[in-house]
Amino acid sequence: MNLPPISESKDSVREIIAQLKHYLPSQSPLKDFVHHNSLHAFQDKSFFEGIFNARDLFGYNVTLNIAEFRNLYQIGRINHDVLKKVIIDNKGVDQLDIWLDKLLKAQFNFQNDQQVGKIRRLWKSEYKIDLDNRVHPLLFRIICAYLDQGISIWNFPNNGQGFLENLRLVEANSFSSFFKSRRAKALFMDDKVTTEQLLSLIVGDRIPYFNYLFDQQFAHRGWSGMVSAIEDNPSSLLDVKNVQLNDFIHVELLLEIDALDQQFGTSWLPLSSTYTSDKYDFFTTNPLAIEDEVLMMFQEAFEWSYYDQVLFSLKSKYAPTKDNELAPNFQAVFCIDERECSLRRHLEHVASPCATFGAPGFFGVEFYFQPQNGKFYEKLCPAPVTPKYLIKEFDSLQKRSHSIFYHKVAHSFIGGLIFSMTAGIVSIFELIRNLFFPTMTPAISNAFSHVEINSTLTIENKSPNDMEQGLQIGFTIEEMTQRVESQLRNMGLIENFATIIYIVAHGSSSANNPHHGAHDCGACSGRPGSVNARVFSTMANHNEVRKALQEKNIHIPETTWFVGALHDTAADEIRFYDTDTLPNALDEKHKLFSAQFETALDLNAHERSRRFASINTKANLKEVRKEIKNRSVSLFEPRPELGHGSNALCIIGRRAVTKNIFLDRRAFLNSYDYTIDPTGDILAKVISPIGPVCGGINLEYYFSRIDNQKLGAGTKLPHNVMGLIGVSNSSDGDLRPGLPLQMIEVHDPVRLLVVVEQIPDIVLKVVKSSENIYNWYSKQWIHLVVINPKDGHLYQFKNDQFVPYETVSINTDKVQNFKHLIENATEMSAFTIENATTENLPIYYLN
Amino acid sequence: MEKYLQFFIYIPILGYLISLLINKKRESIIANISIATSFVQLLLLITFSFFWYTTGAATLDIKQVTLLTTPEFDFFIDFFFDRISLVFLFVGSILTLLVSVFSKYYIHREPGFKRYFNNVQLFFLGYCIVVVSGNFETLFLGWEMIGVTSFLLISFYRNRYLPVKNAMKVVSLYRLGDVFLILAMWLSHHFWHGNISFYQILDVEKTIALIENQKTLAIFISISIIIGASIKSAMYPFSSWVARAMEGPSSSSAIFYGSLSIHLGVFLLLRTFPFWQHLIIVKIIIIALGLLTSLICNSIAKAQPTVKTQIAYASITQIGIIFIEIALGYHQLALFHFMGNAFFRTYQILVSPSVLNYLIHNQFFTGVVKNLKLPSKLSNTFYMLSIKEYNMDITLFKYFWLPFKKVSTKLLFFNNRFFYISISILFLLGIYLDINTFQSHPVMLKAFVYLFSLISLILILLSFNERKSSINAWFNVVYGHLFIMMSISINSHIQFKYLLLYLISICFFGILGYKAIKNLEKETDFITLDQYHGNSQMHPKLSILFLIACLGLIGFPISPLYIGIDLLLTYIESDQYLIMISVGLCLIFIEISLLRIYTRLFCGIPLKTTEPISFKSA
Repeated sequence: MNLPPISESKDSVREIIAQLKHYLPSQSPLKDFVHHNSLHAFQDKSFFEGIFNARDLFGYNVTLNIAEFRNLYQIGRINHDVLKKVIIDNKGVDQLDIWLDKLLKAQFNFQNDQQVGKIRRLWKSEYKIDLDNRVHPLLFRIICAYLDQGISIWNFPNNGQGFLENLRLVEANSFSSFFKSRRAKALFMDDKVTTEQLLSLIVGDRIPYFNYLFDQQFAHRGWSGMVSAIEDNPSSLLDVKNVQLNDFIHVELLLEIDALDQQFGTSWLPLSSTYTSDKYDFFTTNPLAIEDEVLMMFQEAFEWSYYDQVLFSLKSKYAPTKDNELAPNFQAVFCIDERECSLRRHLEHVASPCATFGAPGFFGVEFYFQPQNGKFYEKLCPAPVTPKYLIKEFDSLQKRSHSIFYHKVAHSFIGGLIFSMTAGIVSIFELIRNLFFPTMTPAISNAFSHVEINSTLTIENKSPNDMEQGLQIGFTIEEMTQRVESQLRNMGLIENFATIIYIVAHGSSSANNPHHGAHDCGACSGRPGSVNARVFSTMANHNEVRKALQEKNIHIPETTWFVGALHDTAADEIRFYDTDTLPNALDEKHKLFSAQFETALDLNAHERSRRFASINTKANLKEVRKEIKNRSVSLFEPRPELGHGSNALCIIGRRAVTKNIFLDRRAFLNSYDYTIDPTGDILAKVISPIGPVCGGINLEYYFSRIDNQKLGAGTKLPHNVMGLIGVSNSSDGDLRPGLPLQMIEVHDPVRLLVVVEQIPDIVLKVVKSSENIYNWYSKQWIHLVVINPKDGHLYQFKNDQFVPYETVSINTDKVQNFKHLIENATEMSAFTIENATTENLPIYYLN
Repeated sequence: MEKYLQFFIYIPILGYLISLLINKKRESIIANISIATSFVQLLLLITFSFFWYTTGAATLDIKQVTLLTTPEFDFFIDFFFDRISLVFLFVGSILTLLVSVFSKYYIHREPGFKRYFNNVQLFFLGYCIVVVSGNFETLFLGWEMIGVTSFLLISFYRNRYLPVKNAMKVVSLYRLGDVFLILAMWLSHHFWHGNISFYQILDVEKTIALIENQKTLAIFISISIIIGASIKSAMYPFSSWVARAMEGPSSSSAIFYGSLSIHLGVFLLLRTFPFWQHLIIVKIIIIALGLLTSLICNSIAKAQPTVKTQIAYASITQIGIIFIEIALGYHQLALFHFMGNAFFRTYQILVSPSVLNYLIHNQFFTGVVKNLKLPSKLSNTFYMLSIKEYNMDITLFKYFWLPFKKVSTKLLFFNNRFFYISISILFLLGIYLDINTFQSHPVMLKAFVYLFSLISLILILLSFNERKSSINAWFNVVYGHLFIMMSISINSHIQFKYLLLYLISICFFGILGYKAIKNLEKETDFITLDQYHGNSQMHPKLSILFLIACLGLIGFPISPLYIGIDLLLTYIESDQYLIMISVGLCLIFIEISLLRIYTRLFCGIPLKTTEPISFKSA
């Protein structure tokens, strides 16, 4: 075979692939949903520089468009004074009028001309062939069949030797072929042929392979990203597949040769032959254009219009010292998740004088979990952490139930015959039942099924030799003590322990939702945190641990008991774990408190219901609560809950800072007590996960909201589950990473504002102590403001230092009748920003 | 009893018309109308069936209304009711009811909420017409509605590339099936020497006697019916369209391709069984077709790694078996099987998004079955073929559509002024001939008939291949239509008033479409046909107007052309099969060309918009 020699000057394919992997979406198979910045590849640049660069390269929309911003200004969502302030900050006072005119009136011509795709466009224009149309359907089918986790009944033959190797095996051992052209087949079967050689055949020598491969892979970024993600982390699949992006590209190139051969015979010239220009720069960086500056200032004004109200409300009520509060009757620790913000508020109101705390929902205990009969381990801690511990479940009475509607036999010849005449008739009743009387079924993802309520967990390590797969089973006393101590100190709970302390994890039940993992706890790798709550409570109740804690100056009274619980954020239900170990003396109290939890959940459900068109918020509380629960088990409900939609804030400080302020479920609340942290050591621990966890969630929502087509998954209604790893729109479509439309509708695309209650100098020291933390704030992917307990003033992190922040807002309304506020709040009717944003309520003081 | 049958049509018509009037923002009213329509239909059906059974369950037939009578042709709407209608009407009403309830919440706040429900309602109307129809003409009325609504629902997400491309793919195939049905109608018109109702076929003695005399014709009729049924029910080699059709919201995929639409082939076979049951060869063909389809689609279903396509192929597997059951005469079984399959697949598609959670959970507890052994060469071959869906898409393209593409490219030769001037002169000459009937010159007359139908085909293929001007493409179709009319008019000397009716409809829709294109041209700079423009987002009103114009020219039952086409066909003599083929091809490519213009101008990824647009591959 005559293959052209490879010229020396070319980038090596390996290097190009390394670059590609950096820019491709990195979403894992859907069973584990970990939120992350969709434009993580641009995070080495400052926010605006990065996103505009991403737009120029890949054609993403990265901000709202100018018409939308102007609409927001018209309806007052962008505050005039804030807008002026932003312009002055950026351009100086004397430029104010000129820029105000540009922002509000000038006509701009926005061009959307991305780099990627420019070279491969030549196939269509010069060769009159739509190569993507020819290649994609078969390529997607092959890769999907290969990676499939269990939809197909006939599996792709797999000997573990990798994608290309298995494909060759199938090809060699068959009377049919993936290729029509003899040459393509020969090139495919010859394992000495390198990807470079294929490229030189197709591309020739005058166009960089770099450009070609970026064009080619970004024509189906979903599948390429999935291949790359699985290559980097094979254990993200239960049925492990060995796959490499290089192999995938190799096969795609061969299919391209095949298509070209079919069309033109074997005599076609490489793509270079038609290309005359010498400009091949891919990573062009354009300076910010006027249009970009306009968008930038609008975005900042949009963000600060909201932040300013928040900061004003916080500052006006701020008191640096503790009030003489009553001793709490119980304490409850929740996840920092902004969906718990309202439940905490209602609980404090209903069960006064209880106290609530917020901490990342894995409660500082990191481990793998193996449910009884489980064949695999689940990771229950933030994604970047690799635990060394294993917790196993025993004595579970929970029976796994099955659904005949997913049975594989239903797809076969005879089986299908029998099934359609039996189960088929049953299914119509099943459908009627689910439409009119929805209840939990095996097909629905059930947050409470994650761990059985009274099963035994191997929390305490028996001996150092008690290992499985290199993991230590359970924690030693010392390891437990260390975790409990650290967790209690982080949230500032080291004295005034109440008699019952609830550790409330969260999860989410939903039906017909491939993205259910995105609704579960982000700090538990997209799973319910119930096991973590149980493990932490058991540790904190352990006698030895309590003794050891005494030595560290944390005195938990003997009468105090920790109780694990799980809050289902979709159904608004709660269950308490291990209540059989609760001391008898506390039984009565627990009964009372759990009734108060129920009342708080009623109110929480009511508050949530205002955003759901199908629920009459004015109906009686129990009815509303039932409707809310029904949503979580209804097949027809694409919005069982709204997830993190509308998140915008993260407040690190004592609960007193935010108490009685209505933040509309938009704030991550992390408890932290500056009074016990004069050095900032605790803050360093508390603030380090905020970037990757809360920032990741916020930015994923931001980008999925701004460009739901390219960076989000689009509407979920037509989604087709591919190989149990992802979704696509149709049988031949590319995978759709990102969040579906139904999750982001209510989201106002603003960056996260982190507010820390601490002395600015200490915060500055902490932020600068680690580059990982520092970059999030200095490159402005997250905003940071400090509320200084010394003087009660606000300081904004800007140009690597804290500068005083003066608020523009002058007033925060007080809510007289909360129920009234909720019942009369507007509900969005169309998916436009100026309509959707009216659903998000302003800040209020509560009585 | 018969006189109540018409209400099975009035209810969906009423529901459809009312829902057209509702403001698109009134979501729950729109949904409730759809729910109410199917619910009332279901209640009526239950009441009706009760009385029907108690009065002996006799087969009902009523000649409802005669739309047109000529000496040769009697165009009438006929209703018919028997067990088959009952089961199909029951399954259709209950599934439409349940899916409407489902969709009320599911489609909430989706742009196109009203469009979705209107389409579902129109589909339901078409479906009801088909299943209570008493003759081919009535059946075809519903059949076309189903075809068009399928197109509209597959391309529901009309601003993405794949839905639009696949909608075109499916509707082209549907149209092919339609034309075979038209062919069957034409042939049977000659077979029975007039239009007949299904009720008349039940007359065994007469039917057998006629078949004895015209066996070849009978076989041709049956084969046309089989092809029509096979395309709708996705028999081999047409099966792959179902997988391509899974583009709309899950709920519409469930009702259309999981259950109702895909079983219409089954209905057609059941309905025409009294006719072809006397032909053993036809039975053998159907059994062989059913078996082949079942085996092939079963293997594809097993290899499918995506949930909806797996359900689609599993469903076709069962329909193959139903075909066999029908041919063997087990109709009770076939009906029961249809009902079970329709319910089952609807439910499976509705719950398909849950599969990820369920199967992963299952796998977590049962472990992964590893297959380390390489399968035998034969099973490997089948596996590979299944992944490639037995090349059905490519084969159909290569051996059916591509030749036409190539021919029409060759025809570009005609795309010049000289050709148009000459045919215009010919056209005038034709009118002259038509008025002063040249009965004395039968040879010359014949020549003109063939020439005119050839010209019409050329014009329509030119439109099909037009890559630049939308106006040219549009006028080629209009012109082609006129030539079809002229060719048949000369052929049989049709009464002037019918010609006028035909002519006025062509002109009306022709001008409407022209205006829409012109207005669009004013709004946007260029509207060439070599790419999608996605203008429906910016110009929804023009989009609807143009679609109406297209439907009018296609011969959708909103335009008198619908009767006109049927009428014209009856004037083609039984030995003029060349003309029939030409007209058939024209009918196929008229629809494809028109919808192609529609999709290019109004669907696909918008070229100019500040809204986020999707990737082509997504």
